[in-house]
Amino acid sequence: MTERPVRPRQAEPSPAADKDALGRAASVRGVLFMTERVLRSMRAYASVILFASVANPIIYIVAMGLGLGALVGQGTSFAEYGADSYLMYIAPGILAATLMMSGAIEMTFPVMEGFKWRRGYYAAQATPLTPRQIAAGHICAVCVRFLLHSAVFLTVMLAFGVLASPWAFLQVLTASMGGLALGLPIMAYVAALRDDRGRIALIQRFVVMPLFLFSGTFYPLTNLPLPLQMLGWLSPLWHANELGRVLSFGQPTPVWLIVVHAAYLVVMILLGWLIVQRVYTARLGYDEWRGRVPGWRGRQA
Amino acid sequence: MKTSSSRQCPSALRAKLAGVPDSAFPSPAIAAENLVKRYGDFTAVDGISFSVASGESFGLLGPNGAGKSTTMRMIAAVASRTSGSMTVAGLDPQREGPQVRARLGVIPQQDNLDEELTVRENIIMYGRFFGLPRRYLTSKADELLEFAQLTRKASSRVEDLSGGMKRRLTIARALVNDPDILLLDEPTTGLDPQARHVLWDRLFRLRERGTTLVLTTHHMEEAEQLCERLIVVDHGQIMAEGSPQGLIREHSTREVLELRFGMDRNSELAAELEPVLTDAAIGFSHIEVLPDRLLAYAADAEAALERIHSTGRRPVTSLIRRSSLEDVFLRLTGRTLVD
Repeated sequence: MTERPVRPRQAEPSPAADKDALGRAASVRGVLFMTERVLRSMRAYASVILFASVANPIIYIVAMGLGLGALVGQGTSFAEYGADSYLMYIAPGILAATLMMSGAIEMTFPVMEGFKWRRGYYAAQATPLTPRQIAAGHICAVCVRFLLHSAVFLTVMLAFGVLASPWAFLQVLTASMGGLALGLPIMAYVAALRDDRGRIALIQRFVVMPLFLFSGTFYPLTNLPLPLQMLGWLSPLWHANELGRVLSFGQPTPVWLIVVHAAYLVVMILLGWLIVQRVYTARLGYDEWRGRVPGWRGRQA
Repeated sequence: MKTSSSRQCPSALRAKLAGVPDSAFPSPAIAAENLVKRYGDFTAVDGISFSVASGESFGLLGPNGAGKSTTMRMIAAVASRTSGSMTVAGLDPQREGPQVRARLGVIPQQDNLDEELTVRENIIMYGRFFGLPRRYLTSKADELLEFAQLTRKASSRVEDLSGGMKRRLTIARALVNDPDILLLDEPTTGLDPQARHVLWDRLFRLRERGTTLVLTTHHMEEAEQLCERLIVVDHGQIMAEGSPQGLIREHSTREVLELRFGMDRNSELAAELEPVLTDAAIGFSHIEVLPDRLLAYAADAEAALERIHSTGRRPVTSLIRRSSLEDVFLRLTGRTLVD
């Protein structure tokens, strides 16, 4: 038997030795550290995400294109909207609605999990990360998921000849914006809850579902009576749908309206992000969570 | 590196050491002066001062709600203080939170491991929060799993671990950044005795390696095993400070005689027994009346028991034991620690 050589201890100093550097690294790249963490936990159900992003569009193409599309398509022309077929008309809406729905999942349950069910946010709180970085990391991870999901979705659509041109891929951005514009306010609300008590399910049923149906996803919003139209104007999904149609098949739209659509989404995202930051700071920052967000109306149960 | 000015002792401590140059003393790992934390009308921490030397193992002992965890949260740079001053590793935790947290390892009262990840991935992921490179973390994780006696469980999912293993993993995880100070909030609460002893053994090793340990506990044996020095906290204030043995010497007798005479008779008998036991040979101090038993404090408990027998009184049970921190706590606060 030969004697095994004793391996010398690593000469280079441990990267953990310089604590100042660790603190600095977190202040520069902390958001990335958190993003990585959230993406990694999404990996646990990555196959589900991938399956959904491939299967979803196929299901819609079959159901809407062949089923409903055959019915709607016969007597109706979508030429005034710039689309060749009903399926082409609704494709941007389906993408935006899909992202809205996955946003309503990724920005609710994992938030409750982080604060309450598994307390992962409190693990991050003990590290150099700040509450804002923890919130931003979560949001960025959701953005990555949006981008991947919609890219796969659109590739399938392209393969089925539903997209008029590769430019349609730009709606990855508008659809993701739509998902955030609704997802962030919901995230802020959920983060301010002490318990779920069925409220996340309530959001799915009475916020997300009605928006899905009343935001001009399957038909032009102008088909609805005016009061319901006005509801649609408030819906981030409608704005994302319309922007998607402009990008996808050049739906004729006045420039001012395009600006309004984009501005509405940007404002909702910024406001939502600010409130999310505020709630996360209240819960994970120096002023401990006592069931109340400073400046927030009332006391959470 | 930070300049030395930001690593000085708090002003009050400096005043005490007037005339001695700062450089003559390494700054303490933790120094707190007159620390106060209020939540509205409720004062959780009411002006406590202490300092922990580098390499020391220091305990905060007290019942639930005494203010231990709040103090820990202030040290851990996750809670603000209402007033007072504090430095942790020479930095102000309130102003330099991320820098302070980079120097700490925190073992929270409630496990917050990632149940979806494997044991190994938990350590690596946590290390990523500190921005440590993945290559370094893979070998570091092996080393820490070895230390936590979890090498065989490296690829198991966390949800399959026992409570004791989860605690050990939490400790391993907290060591990933080679912390200067390890904060443990009730580290063994809820564990069975065997798991608790395994954990104590690991923590004792850390103590031997020179890691600064700060722990809260309401578990006497834990404090006696792990702490070189401790403060007894109640109602947000420090009741006593010293080494476990020193506190016992100072606030209790060497031995304790536990007597049960049956319910309802305890307080009546306490009054009867005091004059009987007051004798220099017994070294009697006092009697504490608990709902279910009497505790007679005496240097020689054996002699005290003989004396009681000689008066014809027959307790249902009697037990002679050495004084513990539990007795110190009872003496200082009039209450037992665990209710």
